[in-house]
Amino acid sequence: MSENGNGSKLKIAKYWAASCGGCDISLLEIGPHLLDLIKVADIVFWPCAADFKYKDVAAYEDGYIDICFYNGAIRTSEQEEIARLLRKKSKTLIAYGECAVDGGIPALANLNTKEEIFHAAYLENPSLDNPNGVTPQPITQCEFGELEIPRFYSQVLRLKDIVDVDYEIPGCPPQADRVWEAILALSGGELPARNQAVKVACRDKSVCDECPLEKRLVKIKEFKRPHEVKPEPEWCLLEQGIICMGPATRSGCDARCPTAGMPCRGCYGPSGDVIDQGTAMVSAIGSLLDASNEERAHELIGQIVDPVGSFYRFSMSSSMMKARK
Amino acid sequence: MADNVVTHPTSTAPGSQWQPRIIGFLCYWCSYTGADAAGTARMKYPPNVDIVRVMCSGRIDPELIMSAFSRGADGVLVCGCHIGDCHYISGNHKTMARMPLVKRILTDLGIEPQRFRHEWVSAAEGEKFSKLVAEITEQVRKLGPLNWPKLMRERGVGHGMDLKAWGE
Repeated sequence: MSENGNGSKLKIAKYWAASCGGCDISLLEIGPHLLDLIKVADIVFWPCAADFKYKDVAAYEDGYIDICFYNGAIRTSEQEEIARLLRKKSKTLIAYGECAVDGGIPALANLNTKEEIFHAAYLENPSLDNPNGVTPQPITQCEFGELEIPRFYSQVLRLKDIVDVDYEIPGCPPQADRVWEAILALSGGELPARNQAVKVACRDKSVCDECPLEKRLVKIKEFKRPHEVKPEPEWCLLEQGIICMGPATRSGCDARCPTAGMPCRGCYGPSGDVIDQGTAMVSAIGSLLDASNEERAHELIGQIVDPVGSFYRFSMSSSMMKARK
Repeated sequence: MADNVVTHPTSTAPGSQWQPRIIGFLCYWCSYTGADAAGTARMKYPPNVDIVRVMCSGRIDPELIMSAFSRGADGVLVCGCHIGDCHYISGNHKTMARMPLVKRILTDLGIEPQRFRHEWVSAAEGEKFSKLVAEITEQVRKLGPLNWPKLMRERGVGHGMDLKAWGE
């Protein structure tokens, strides 16, 4: 690892938008390498771990931050504002984690309208105590004057929908080994800023490509959910009828879930040049059904629970349709 | 894939009535020949289906269907050889398994199932094809325009969405 060209330490920032915080933890997962990182880099903004304020970032000169990791999708005006601010202040902006890259779990909210979400969260939820039916308003008048909170957008967006992104590190969360490789490449100057949202810290092929489970080339006779069955070890889970997103998912995780007996959930997003992860999975399943007539095909398809939620679990914002009507 | 949005010339002309725009994916060996047969026999059917000829219905990646809808198609029609007739032996078996799943996904996304139709049309079934086109055109006409690009624009493009990402 080397310091930046001026002989001073690299300046690193990390931000969380619509995300769970797992991406922040995943950076800590690089373990002992953290000490190597701290030797050559300074943290200049990281809401999860360090006490910098937005005004501190605004006071930096443009391009002050060498590498900025932005995790989380964009749902509110605050997240968009900070994305624009960090783009201006950073030489290299990286979408870190599946939410920033493809929408992630938050983008499943695109299957409901903003109104439905507000209704459920503030009016319908059984644990609510809201007799007057108060819902959040962007601007509220009170005795101290006018209060403003960020606006809630009608859809979950990706970082690249808002600003130019140099690189994307997919995964929920990104695997520490891959992240460390990417940090080494970034700090060594091997990944110059180029505004093309190139995916790094992952591979192009599908999870199946690096999965050690055996394919016996048998067709699916029945679909089962993971809790209903104890899978036979060492045998492809999809062939056993458990929906495993491996065929439609980008690799880079070393197929950790299938290796441990759990089906792939699709957290690295679509593989290769595929845009729509869900329909890639439809294609794969279509080739694997044990159905010689239409009735049988319909019967088998009917056994799949929540195809949209399962196939687009992490990539709704990158899908062709992007949302429910 | 082209970046342009599907628009119907007659739907944008001032003063003209909206016409459904339906994208039809037809396999080369049976269904396209069936459509040809309808033409050769001078059968009359609505001009609303734009045909995309593919070598086999089994190569119709479901992503193409989503792509058509997301770029502004009002309906999609998929036709292939009858089961047992596939030129590539089992290509249409894959279609048979994929299309019901595509329909489920479209329904879950709030798109009326009548906008998507999947039928087997042999090279001799020109009449079946012409009736099919008339049926889906009428069904889609009743449902009205889908106009997905407009819907998405209303949902967030105004907030800085990269228009290129929406095919505009």
